[in-house]
Amino acid sequence: MTTIDRRRLLQGAALGGVALGAWTPLGARQATNGPVVSGELIELRIGRINRMVDGRPSRSIGINGMSPAPLIRLREGQRARIRVVNDLDVETSLHWHGLLVPFQYDGVPGISFPGIPAGQSFLYDFPVRQNGTYWYHSHSGGQEQEGLYGPIVIDPAAPDPVAFDREHVIVLSDHSRSSPATIFRKMKLQPGYYNFQRQTLVGLLSGRDQKAKDRAEWGKMRMDPADIADATGATYTYLVNGHGPVDNWTGAFTPGERVRLRIVNASAMTTFNVRIPGLPLTIVQADGLNVEPVTVDEFQIGVAETYDAIVTPAETAYTLVGESVDRSGMARATLSPGAGMAAPVPPLRARPLATMTDMGMGGMGHESKPGGPDPTAEQNGSRKLATTAATPLQPAMNHAAMGHGEAMGGMEGMGEMQHGMRDFANAPGVARTPGVQTISPMAADRTDYPGQGLEDVGHRVLTYRQLRALDRNPDVRAPGRQIDIHLTGNMERFMWGFDGKRMVDTHEPFAFAEGERVRINLINDTMMAHPIHLHGHFFELVTGHGDHSPRKHTVLVQPGGIVSLDLTADAVGDWAFHCHMLYHMLSGMMRVVSVRPQGGAA
Amino acid sequence: MTCTLAALLALSIAAPAVAQDHSHMDHAQMGHAPPAQPAAPAASAPAATPDPAEPTGTDQSPGSAPPPPVPMPHYADRVWGGDVMARSRDAMMAEEGGGQRFAQLLLDRVEWKDGGYAWEGEGWFGGDIHRLVVKSEGEGGDRVEGAEVQALYSRAIDPYFNLQTGIRQDIRPTPARTYLTVGVEGLAPYWFEVNAAAFLSTRGELLGRIEGYYDQRITQRLILQPRAELNLSAQNIRETGTGSGLTNAELGLRLRYEIAREFAPYVGVNWERRFGDTRRFGWAAGEDSGGIGLVAGIRAWF
Repeated sequence: MTTIDRRRLLQGAALGGVALGAWTPLGARQATNGPVVSGELIELRIGRINRMVDGRPSRSIGINGMSPAPLIRLREGQRARIRVVNDLDVETSLHWHGLLVPFQYDGVPGISFPGIPAGQSFLYDFPVRQNGTYWYHSHSGGQEQEGLYGPIVIDPAAPDPVAFDREHVIVLSDHSRSSPATIFRKMKLQPGYYNFQRQTLVGLLSGRDQKAKDRAEWGKMRMDPADIADATGATYTYLVNGHGPVDNWTGAFTPGERVRLRIVNASAMTTFNVRIPGLPLTIVQADGLNVEPVTVDEFQIGVAETYDAIVTPAETAYTLVGESVDRSGMARATLSPGAGMAAPVPPLRARPLATMTDMGMGGMGHESKPGGPDPTAEQNGSRKLATTAATPLQPAMNHAAMGHGEAMGGMEGMGEMQHGMRDFANAPGVARTPGVQTISPMAADRTDYPGQGLEDVGHRVLTYRQLRALDRNPDVRAPGRQIDIHLTGNMERFMWGFDGKRMVDTHEPFAFAEGERVRINLINDTMMAHPIHLHGHFFELVTGHGDHSPRKHTVLVQPGGIVSLDLTADAVGDWAFHCHMLYHMLSGMMRVVSVRPQGGAA
Repeated sequence: MTCTLAALLALSIAAPAVAQDHSHMDHAQMGHAPPAQPAAPAASAPAATPDPAEPTGTDQSPGSAPPPPVPMPHYADRVWGGDVMARSRDAMMAEEGGGQRFAQLLLDRVEWKDGGYAWEGEGWFGGDIHRLVVKSEGEGGDRVEGAEVQALYSRAIDPYFNLQTGIRQDIRPTPARTYLTVGVEGLAPYWFEVNAAAFLSTRGELLGRIEGYYDQRITQRLILQPRAELNLSAQNIRETGTGSGLTNAELGLRLRYEIAREFAPYVGVNWERRFGDTRRFGWAAGEDSGGIGLVAGIRAWF
């Protein structure tokens, strides 16, 4: 099964050179070597860089000359003083994603501080109060898309409950040669601009995708079930640690070792489905906090989430696959016990279609299986990497033949449902604006849902419901009150917001009193999953685990779904609260969360 | 133009925010609330030892405490100063909060047809809700036979439709006419793009126009577009050869290939016909009443 690919090896030597070695550890525990910065005072210099991705030159924004930015390695309990020098000709910022820092060092221009002007520097200064896997990125314009992101690992002060012999940081991202301004504009002008996997007449005539009747029903609602991702492999090359699928970033291991993978989704727009065919993943940490180990074969990771997984590879090479949720391309890397070894690469699986459940209609209607994907659908260059000899290692390869289960089908009952698709009686408090295309009439708790296209892949896929905190939650009070926040959008105008309002429409924050515990119900009124991130806090997911609820900083709210979370508002200040899909945020899917001392004046 | 739009945007921002109070919403109907439990009082410290029989942590139901007052989200002012934060906040809201403005030039049809040419296109500038739109269409052969320009203010009125109002100026045929225009443009169910407009000329003449098209994807890039246009008049206008009622109709079928989304050459057929008095006026002027012909052209946008 393991092959030595001489061509790829030579390619790696020729192109990767310095960069290929960047993340490859030497073997000692805690030795993710290469670009690591640590200590009491860290200097980060932000500037434009030239780089190669899969053999093509590209411009990025990097730190200390590289993208992803260097790993910041801290120790719980230390003080971090990070001096950031802006060598760009525009303002910049760095946000420490998931770190509990004083609000003025949270790094969001216009909310927590004024930003770092061109040519100037800024000293971040905060105590390190936690441990785990995190990341950092720019919070200015589209700079995050341009490469301004990097991982953070904080070693625990106490002995680590997770035993491992070696670790690799895996930073997943989406890279484009187009500027973020260009990508944003194209999607504003034509929201389906990057979707080359839509339903077509040829598909209909060859029995693929939806049947004619279902297409008509969805067309009547002006909803496109093939709208799984906004920005796709049509513009993105999906990266692992800055390397394209052809570059094939490779991490070493010694057979039998417990290898800890610290996986960060640092994408601008891409939800990834991550798997290592042949190698079970034991999830031990989510968003930097330990969870009870749960072993799966695949998991979906929303933008800005992190998962730590323990793998115990045998004496062979493995392919790490990060497939874009719409299957328009993949990130690919290799875990290898020896130099030059590579493993088979599975083909991209069939892109899923949205279902009535994704439209927030609960389980209405009969669910029948659509045909395979459109024969004219286009994927990006990573499709060419697929080797055919890989079947035994990829149960998911049979996916297309198996169909993907839950699907929209005969739409009996739809007639009555349709007028309920934008019924504001289902969402008091949502502003009646052109930015609200639909309101989920029957939004459901989907925390037991593995993600679009993962319903029936023939192996174990992680769900939120399976996550259980290793430590007892620090605050187990009942929430004193609850609020609903609707995630709203209009795919036809590429407008996104909360409660029907964009950031630009209101200065009104979501207000909390210090120490208050509040249940927040995030209700997804759109047909797309949104990774919702609250700065400066962790929150507990309400998934039936009582005082061992999983605590997260970012939660992926599935289409047509509800996620309830309990928040202890314990960090005074103003905090950004937003969808972590970059262009959703830039479209206005962001708001301020304010936390003020009890009874204090504003 | 920028000032006008900025003013309009400012107006929309100034619209009163809807007060929100969700604290008393009934979540049981949404099916995600745990079994009803008496709301535990908000204690100041975590319970010492959990009783396995009692729900704890997130298994408990929320209470109905009142929300705190809503402050101004300007907490950073006290650290970094009010002026500098105000500037930063304004920039963030304008550039990253959904208030960005865009522009597009769309040449929907630039085509050659039997013995002539035709064009239809528009340019717009603005944000999600408010836009300035300039449209133009016309046709000609040896000389320009018809040419019009519209300058419209466009406002999003629902998820799919825009209300458009402004001025239409006909340059050909002569004598030129100027109209006040009100129309609606948007996406109808089943993915039909439609546009209906009424035109009131400075001489009191009332005209109407209904257009629509549908993009049928044959493959991801090969698209068949049937389109139709009907023109209406409330009265006879002898000067321009316009009769009352349905004046003319156009049906087209164009097959384009999107080399890129922005650039698609096409071929097609177009059928045109005058009706009623318009047709008679045309005969009188020695013109035929319409016919069918091949077209070839380019659809492009920038």
